[in-house]
Amino acid sequence: MTVLMEARGVRRYYDVRGGMFAKHGVVKALDGASFELYPGRTLAVVGESGCGKSTLARIATLLEPPSEGELLIDGKPTAGATGAERRHLRLTVQMVFQNPYGSLNPRKTVGAILEEPLAINRLGNRRQRQDAARAMMAKVGLRPEQYGRYPHMFSGGQRQRVAIARALMLNPRVVVADEPVSALDVSIQAQVLNLMMDLQEEFDLAYLFISHDLSVVRHIAHDVMVMYCGRPVEMASKDELFSAPRHPYTRVLLAATPSVDPSHRNTTAVIRGELPSPLDPPAGCAFRTRCPFATERCEAERPDLRDVDGSLVACHYAEQIGRLPDAAEAASPPQ
Amino acid sequence: MPLLEIRNLAVTFATGRGPLRAVDGVDVDVEEGEILCVVGESGSGKSVSMLAVMGLIAHPGRVTADRMRFGATDLLGISPRERRRLVGRDIAMIFQEPMSSLNPCYSVGWQIGEMLRTHHAVPERQVRDRTVELLDQVGIPAPATRLRAFPHQLSGGMNQRVMIAMSIACNPRLLIADEPTTALDVTIQKQILELLVGLQRSRGMGLVLITHDMGVVAETAQRVQVMYAGQVREERETDALFAAPRDPYTAALLDALPERAIGRRRLPTIPGVVPGIDDRPTGCLFNPRCRFATERCVREPPAFAGPPGARTRCHYPLDEQGVPTNDHPLRMASVA
Repeated sequence: MTVLMEARGVRRYYDVRGGMFAKHGVVKALDGASFELYPGRTLAVVGESGCGKSTLARIATLLEPPSEGELLIDGKPTAGATGAERRHLRLTVQMVFQNPYGSLNPRKTVGAILEEPLAINRLGNRRQRQDAARAMMAKVGLRPEQYGRYPHMFSGGQRQRVAIARALMLNPRVVVADEPVSALDVSIQAQVLNLMMDLQEEFDLAYLFISHDLSVVRHIAHDVMVMYCGRPVEMASKDELFSAPRHPYTRVLLAATPSVDPSHRNTTAVIRGELPSPLDPPAGCAFRTRCPFATERCEAERPDLRDVDGSLVACHYAEQIGRLPDAAEAASPPQ
Repeated sequence: MPLLEIRNLAVTFATGRGPLRAVDGVDVDVEEGEILCVVGESGSGKSVSMLAVMGLIAHPGRVTADRMRFGATDLLGISPRERRRLVGRDIAMIFQEPMSSLNPCYSVGWQIGEMLRTHHAVPERQVRDRTVELLDQVGIPAPATRLRAFPHQLSGGMNQRVMIAMSIACNPRLLIADEPTTALDVTIQKQILELLVGLQRSRGMGLVLITHDMGVVAETAQRVQVMYAGQVREERETDALFAAPRDPYTAALLDALPERAIGRRRLPTIPGVVPGIDDRPTGCLFNPRCRFATERCVREPPAFAGPPGARTRCHYPLDEQGVPTNDHPLRMASVA
């Protein structure tokens, strides 16, 4: 399988200017992530707020350059590209945003919204652009008479269809979807997930699917990357991650996700503490302040991603933790 | 006697396009020490019905009910003065966005103290100690030093703990939580839910939890009301609801959850959208989207009926196998 997009140790740092009283600081929003995207496959990025998943999306869509590391599309680095080359590279990556109420221009009709990417890139004449927009509307399940309507005339699920259609107008090969279904109701969420999976099959798309909802990820993803405080802590195939999570944070996330099986309710342990401040992350392993297994070694030495039985895990005790039967049963550190 | 007893509640908003029935014929009973979850999609009326209990429906909203009682107090005939005494003290409410519910201009200690002062819960000189005690009860570390913190200095989870501290300050008998964890991360959501359930148990409060998340329902509720388009579709014990929903809408909603479709590529969906003010169907409000709808469903609105603890608003409630009962054509066909 050919690699469509490859990230090698990408980092993105933001300067936080000191105010009158505050100190000057650096937020390491993304602190070293590597991944590969393949046609027809979905890589899901999971984590809580501030874990760097949206920064990753901005880098993958070439909206921002990485501070360090490199991003390759079709094996070619994006860093040294000239203006014309960058424009061409951008055609291959498109994005779907979380909130379809905010990401569509309320003063444009659906037709104009869909034709805009073509017009900007000077593709086709007016007639061809209209035909392309109408064809795309049919593909995402919008009716032809809706061509002239404005976003406020649509429900949330239909707007997300418009947003997906707009992302596909330029025939991209990679679609970055940042929480595409979290603003939608359950019954609508199912429709949009089905649509995304159908379109992936039809166009052989690679998805970078960003989400905090593990049950959605379990449904749509092929591979999963779990992030915490700007760093990936576990990368594995979906089946491996859900059947044998090896990082304590992955286990905590799985245990904290509410299950619709009422017999599950008493088996899970509460996770202590809050997410650490990105301005002042803990030394060593960032998760150690909330981890039930943390030892002195976790404070002294930051674990790097390493191969444990086929998954990549950033934990000193991944072998022992991976063997524990249930996230909740193990409240004491391994001996 | 139930703590909260509501019969045939309706909330109507006058709009330019005619009256909008946001809540339509809803019955609610909450016992002391019970957790009731009200679950539904956006626009189902789950928040509005509880805002009506709190007296927070403003003009042009109109609240009517056959009965709306809190303990011995009739909430319909109550004067605004009496309501202000009751609300906040005996009935308290928590909202979805802690950041926008708290006043950014005052410290959290002051805002919790305001509750105690308004309702004369403790003498003035004990307000500070009681505030520290409350912050401690909701699991805020180093509570005495947090009194002077402002909402913007605390995380979303911590602010929601402050909201909970405010709501339990006067030992309410009923706590209404409207999507208390929707804006929070999953690990923090877990903590807040455990805190709410723990407080509810130790104080014997009634707790009404409004949510759109079936997972939250399954993990916390004892009893569930499923709402759709302003009506209660089904009211069941939690375990029974998830084992075998009787209402076709509940069944379809549960089927659409990715967690229930493991190993299947396509998720079962509910066609169409929730009806709006212009396209309210005749008969059963769910009939245009229901896979079991018959000609009777289009003609005749179903009553909210059935044995106690298993009431549904459906002419043909589903049996344990998910097959419609009564004289539904599907059943008649299988019998024949």
